[in-house]
Amino acid sequence: MKKDLAFQRRLKIRQLQGSSFSALFLAATLVGIFALVILLVDVFRDGIGWLDWQFITSYPSRKPEEAGLLSAFFGTLWVMVLTALFSFPVGIGTAIYLEEYAPDNRLRRLIQTNINNLAGVPSIVYGLLGLSLFVQALALGRSVLAGALTLTLMSLPVIIIAAQEAIRSVSEAHRFGAYALGSSRWQVVRRIVLPTALPGVLSGTILAMSRAIGEAAPIIAISALVYLTFIPSSPLDRFTVLPIQIFNWVSRPQEGFWHLAAAGIIVLLVVLLSMNAVAIILRNRYQKRTEE
Amino acid sequence: MINSVASLETKTLELWYGNFQALRGISMVIPRNQITAIIGPSGCGKSSLLRCFNRMNDLIPGSKVTGEVLFGGRNIYAADIDPTEIRYRIGMVFQKPNPFPKSVFDNVAFGPRVNGLNDNLEEIVEQALHRAALWDEVKDRLRRSAMELSGGQQQRLCIARALALEPEVILMDEPCSALDPLATLKIEDLMRSLAEDYTIVIVTHNMQQAARVSDMAAFLMMEQDRAGVLAEYGPTSQLFTNPKDKRTEDYITGRFG
Repeated sequence: MKKDLAFQRRLKIRQLQGSSFSALFLAATLVGIFALVILLVDVFRDGIGWLDWQFITSYPSRKPEEAGLLSAFFGTLWVMVLTALFSFPVGIGTAIYLEEYAPDNRLRRLIQTNINNLAGVPSIVYGLLGLSLFVQALALGRSVLAGALTLTLMSLPVIIIAAQEAIRSVSEAHRFGAYALGSSRWQVVRRIVLPTALPGVLSGTILAMSRAIGEAAPIIAISALVYLTFIPSSPLDRFTVLPIQIFNWVSRPQEGFWHLAAAGIIVLLVVLLSMNAVAIILRNRYQKRTEE
Repeated sequence: MINSVASLETKTLELWYGNFQALRGISMVIPRNQITAIIGPSGCGKSSLLRCFNRMNDLIPGSKVTGEVLFGGRNIYAADIDPTEIRYRIGMVFQKPNPFPKSVFDNVAFGPRVNGLNDNLEEIVEQALHRAALWDEVKDRLRRSAMELSGGQQQRLCIARALALEPEVILMDEPCSALDPLATLKIEDLMRSLAEDYTIVIVTHNMQQAARVSDMAAFLMMEQDRAGVLAEYGPTSQLFTNPKDKRTEDYITGRFG
């Protein structure tokens, strides 16, 4: 009887504990959502009125009413495509080597540690590296190519780590099953590991890409130029990107440019969200195909 | 003694995982077209021994083999032998059914495809499924995912997958341990019929199963910290009714293990 009474009293406290913690965690989650909503509302209120066809199809100008982000938009597109072209094969190749081929020795561990460390290096450092290596030493100039190579270096650690995790999650039972049927190592990689790991690799790559195209710091180091009135037509042309254009507008004293910055942010967000959507579509389609 | 030709033969086979010795001086002859069971307590090295026959231990970092495993007169651990060829001739079925996340057809066709046998794939697949007693159950769903099959069907699919390469030997590592009694019975029947054309080596922790299906039985044991000792090897009937070794007798009568 006494025991039951103690239990009942404790039960009340435990139930209270349960509900208060659940409320606490909900509040923590809401902080992030709330911040995002405020940001979006603020940006949309400032920028939506200035977001029109003229804004998308015009070059930067000294007059806010005539300015647009055509050059920055295409600069971002160029850099994004080139960066993806460079970083995806190198990243997935590195991950496959480290997970499937490399013997577990000191060298492998050294490489692994370095990759993990590189993932945490500030982006401006990559910008300075790109400036001295690609722009100056390799004499690529302040070109799209130099920018894309720099962003490739920056994205690689993230892509490699994501790809490694995806590869590691492929079941050993399937690997052994394939080996036991006389598969070579490459056949196991090609027919078992890659199809299963690809969705994870893709989402890791696209995540790294979205981070890369939102970066202003490394591109500022490489291409200080922000007033461009042409679209790059080759990888060796000069370029600017959306974050730099936005940064430039934000720092102008005239109020009109602030609205342009907000409109630019909306465009950047749309680009980012469409990339994520592509990642999700690719992933779902591939998953369905392997499950069939 | 059953007289027949040797399929596999080990000579003072020893296996290490790093500093741990998993097999000690194993010498045995595995006869062709018979079922040889490897029995023994957990951790005694049964599966390790089985994996020596198709060089699957090569895939475990730090493993080292000494001695010989003769197959068709050649030592499969000789320097000039590619383990791929061994695994092409010696099939394996694992403890847990491990069909690939592909269609039934693609699972069975996997072995022929990776080994470049792309002619008459349809026929090869159908025949393998027939032999694995699975054809009637899957003939209308060859293009559907193998993951939709039941556990017992999945294991028979894995057997069909191995059979598609027409191996000389099939290694089975506790093939029924994840299955219910009915599915187990089906696999055992299947093994008996397969033994007419193939040499089968099966690892099992189930004494009754070994007694039911095998012609030859090997008792591997573990003494204190010494694993991988072959205590006794001979015809199953003799090993179970009249064991020569005291340790075998203790084990099969259930006094330990």
